[in-house]
Amino acid sequence: MSRDREGAPASWEVFLRARRGLAHQHAGSVRAADPDAALAMARDLYARRGDPLSLWVVRSDAVHTASPDERDPYFAGAHHKPYRYPEHFAPLTEKGPDGDHAE
Amino acid sequence: MPAERVAAPGAHDELLAHFDALIAEGATIETRDWMPDGYRRMLIRQIAQHAHSEIIGMQPEGAWLTRAPSLHRKSVLIAKVQDEAGHGLYLYSAAETLGVDRADLLEALHQGQQRASATFNHPALTWADTGAIAWLTDGAAVINQAPLCRTSYGPYARAMRRVCQEEAFHVRQGYDLMRALCEGTPDQKEMAQDAVNRWWLPAVALMFGPPDTEAGGADARTAALGAAVSRRAMAWGIKRHTNDELRQRFVDSCVPQAERLGLTLPDPAIRWNEERGHYDFTPVDWDTYREALGDDTHWARQRIAHRRAAHDDGAWVREAAAAYAARADAGASPAGAAAGERTGTGGRDGTRSGVAAPQRTEEHT
Repeated sequence: MSRDREGAPASWEVFLRARRGLAHQHAGSVRAADPDAALAMARDLYARRGDPLSLWVVRSDAVHTASPDERDPYFAGAHHKPYRYPEHFAPLTEKGPDGDHAE
Repeated sequence: MPAERVAAPGAHDELLAHFDALIAEGATIETRDWMPDGYRRMLIRQIAQHAHSEIIGMQPEGAWLTRAPSLHRKSVLIAKVQDEAGHGLYLYSAAETLGVDRADLLEALHQGQQRASATFNHPALTWADTGAIAWLTDGAAVINQAPLCRTSYGPYARAMRRVCQEEAFHVRQGYDLMRALCEGTPDQKEMAQDAVNRWWLPAVALMFGPPDTEAGGADARTAALGAAVSRRAMAWGIKRHTNDELRQRFVDSCVPQAERLGLTLPDPAIRWNEERGHYDFTPVDWDTYREALGDDTHWARQRIAHRRAAHDDGAWVREAAAAYAARADAGASPAGAAAGERTGTGGRDGTRSGVAAPQRTEEHT
């Protein structure tokens, strides 16, 4: 399907913070030639409604990724280190873990 | 872009088992997960067809932007058509996570290798058509697309959640437009009825696709073929319901709405079936219908020609943007002499958390 194409604009991943208190969340991607155009495109595309607080755009080819299935040691969830979880220890009260700091 | 892992012989079964297990437990498949080729191809085909339909679907309504009867209706229609462009872009973005390039998908549309829904190969003859399109075809889209919010491919499901939130506005404004006409002069009401007469069948037939159950009636061979495709799509969790099931759901929802508007749906066979708990309607004669709507019709050619012209007319904008970006890049290099040409909006590595102030230019309040 290849053809003589004018250079396709770069791909940018878009991250959006919908409201205060939330982290930026991945929304999708846009194509644009430069960062300002990417931001403008991201605003028109992912912020037409609501009152989003901020947008990030990151060039897709600059995102370094790893997936759990591919690299086990990265994402082992520390299941072999149970002492990282509170359930590993006795609760502070007889009500169980939820009662630790009950009034 | 997803770098596909190369599987050693024998490892394939293990990968497939893992994939099947994820589907079985209702988990989503994500971008870099291994997936069968057929699954990837079916998704690319469906998402591309969907994206193409969104952007081609801008045309019949877009033709009325300059002729809207009031500033309010014009603002609403601009917002609606802008949403359709947005839906296309959400979906091209989702398709690209499967390793295709949106420029290639658009090229395939222009070359006739991929298609948009034939629903839009109809002209919008009057203002009432914009209402009928939104009420009926967007209404059909909502019913079709709501289950896709839970489709098994993660990026597609997330795009569909955005789409569905916006479709609700589309359908309501269309119904509101039709109601205004129905409560207007006899001529206005007649215009509304005329538009419904022309858009009902395209919505019932084309928005849901070919019959895919025996209950779909029509042509047994088409139904058998459709059923095989639907079974595959449902086994993979891409689709959740048959075309015919969703079609029935659409008819059931529309009949009472049409009654409230005082409009007649152009199918004499529509009547409540107590036994089934559904409305009966005339089965779509799919093969005849599809014949009449081939790619070779005047409006099918018109839609693609318009799309190509818009793409070609916009070439200078893309070229200018690329030239601007190239110059900015040159300015950013240590040797660059064009330091003064940067716009001074901050470094490229910054997160610019203040830039997102939304401009609600399209919203009517």
